[in-house]
Amino acid sequence: MAFCAALCIAGLFAPKWLTFLVTMAAANGLVSLGIVGLMRGGVVPFGQGMMLALGGYAAALSFNHLGITDILLLTVGGGAVAALVAAPFAPLLSRYRGIFFAMLTLALSMVLYGLLMKLTILGGSDGFNVGRPTLLGQKLPDSHSGYIMFVVAVVLATVMALLARVYFDSTRGLVTLAVRENELRVEYLGGSVRQAMTINFILAAFCGGMGGALAVLALGHIEPNFSFWTTSGEFVFVAILAGWQSVAAVFVASTVLEVVRSFSSAYFPNTWQLVLGLFLLFVIRFLPGGIGSLWMKGKTP
Amino acid sequence: MTLLLDARGLQKRFGAVVAASDVNIAVQAGERVSLIGSNGAGKTTFVNMVTGYLKPDEGRITLDGQDITPLAPRAITHLGVARSFQIPQLYGALSALDNMLVANACHDRRLSFWQPARRPEAIARAEQLLQRFGLIDHRDRRVSELPGGVRKLLDIAMALTGHPKLLLLDEPTSGVSAEEKFPMMATIMDALGQEVNTTVLFVEHDMDIVERHASRVIAFYAGRVIADDTPAVALATDDVRRYVTGELLAE
Repeated sequence: MAFCAALCIAGLFAPKWLTFLVTMAAANGLVSLGIVGLMRGGVVPFGQGMMLALGGYAAALSFNHLGITDILLLTVGGGAVAALVAAPFAPLLSRYRGIFFAMLTLALSMVLYGLLMKLTILGGSDGFNVGRPTLLGQKLPDSHSGYIMFVVAVVLATVMALLARVYFDSTRGLVTLAVRENELRVEYLGGSVRQAMTINFILAAFCGGMGGALAVLALGHIEPNFSFWTTSGEFVFVAILAGWQSVAAVFVASTVLEVVRSFSSAYFPNTWQLVLGLFLLFVIRFLPGGIGSLWMKGKTP
Repeated sequence: MTLLLDARGLQKRFGAVVAASDVNIAVQAGERVSLIGSNGAGKTTFVNMVTGYLKPDEGRITLDGQDITPLAPRAITHLGVARSFQIPQLYGALSALDNMLVANACHDRRLSFWQPARRPEAIARAEQLLQRFGLIDHRDRRVSELPGGVRKLLDIAMALTGHPKLLLLDEPTSGVSAEEKFPMMATIMDALGQEVNTTVLFVEHDMDIVERHASRVIAFYAGRVIADDTPAVALATDDVRRYVTGELLAE
């Protein structure tokens, strides 16, 4: 909480490009937080871009057609829509592991991508714009709208990180870790593996949807690329970079990705993915447990 | 004594292999029953059918009068049946304490999203069982680093977390050196002795351990029950001496 407050104060003195970068890192970090929740159960989804798109389109459509303009309502609503859409698929996906789980989630996200590309009512491949949101009934002033978005994103990310920590430390969170280790024994002790995986998938969808809504409101635009497989790959990149032990590491990793992406795009415009790839190789080689393992060593995950 | 487990007419085949052939076993509450037999005789198949991992092709299993034949392992566990495994099924990356806490959490049907798994009362309960099995010194060690005997004991301690009515131990002393077997079984039986309501079925190959710790012996051969009596009587039958202990073959 203290770090969150310090970050909000620091944002007052930071250049606009930096507050925007952190806003996007917080939004994307929420999506990766959901992936980390699933990784704790031993599965990695390659279609979390679908949740980002669902939350983003839900927020954008609510803004443009339902007249809901409040950032907090739109963000929570985006998460809820993503969770609702994910819920019917969750029991099916909870039966799969490894590459099958990854490919099924990827397939779902690409089906959504295909639909969004064809639906001209949703702007087709160009997407559509979203206006400036309000906060608790107040319009955001031109001069400070970026900063207020930054504060909202940081506060929401902090709240979700704290809730995630509580969940990871709960009895249900510990059983998720056990599922990762030995599913058979969980069932023989009376726990339900499928229920644990189902719930984790829905929670991950909620986080992804929130991240999507925040990202759309910060960008002012949405397009089908949110659901494209390379977007999902970036969230997996962040989750692997962070590791599954620490919640804070997810947002650190998300910020690192945004920084590497921004600077690489500026200095190596055509080869920034190469820089990113080399960076990931470095992390996998020297920090197989992710950034979080730097300060979680010896601690209970 | 009251009837706890009743298996009637169990049949199980794996292709041409007969794993259970008209198996009829009734176990009274409070008994200490040893299942003996050579490899492939059908002991573990019986344990797997009772715990729901395998479904019999024919026959019926009841626990306290309730038909558990079609139930999944999880549902059977919640009715009071627990088991340990020949190869311990643990969570290697977690500490011994966390393994016990997982067992504790799994027995709770309504898992909490916010109640800490490592809360004081849960830790105290887990430590009490670790103490009973002589595992308290290994409390914070990663399970993957523990020696085989300790892992076996932890496996059983986890099964006991829910205070089961019926506990099935699949070869609790296998893979343990000859010198360690007797003290280890004594530790297990001492720990189980405090569970007055728990009936125990254990699969065992060492006849000295069987004679010392079982009140009744059920011998299997080729999927059939060939003896069911007190240890002294069952181990003296010709079938057991021929097919299980191999004494008659040696003569």
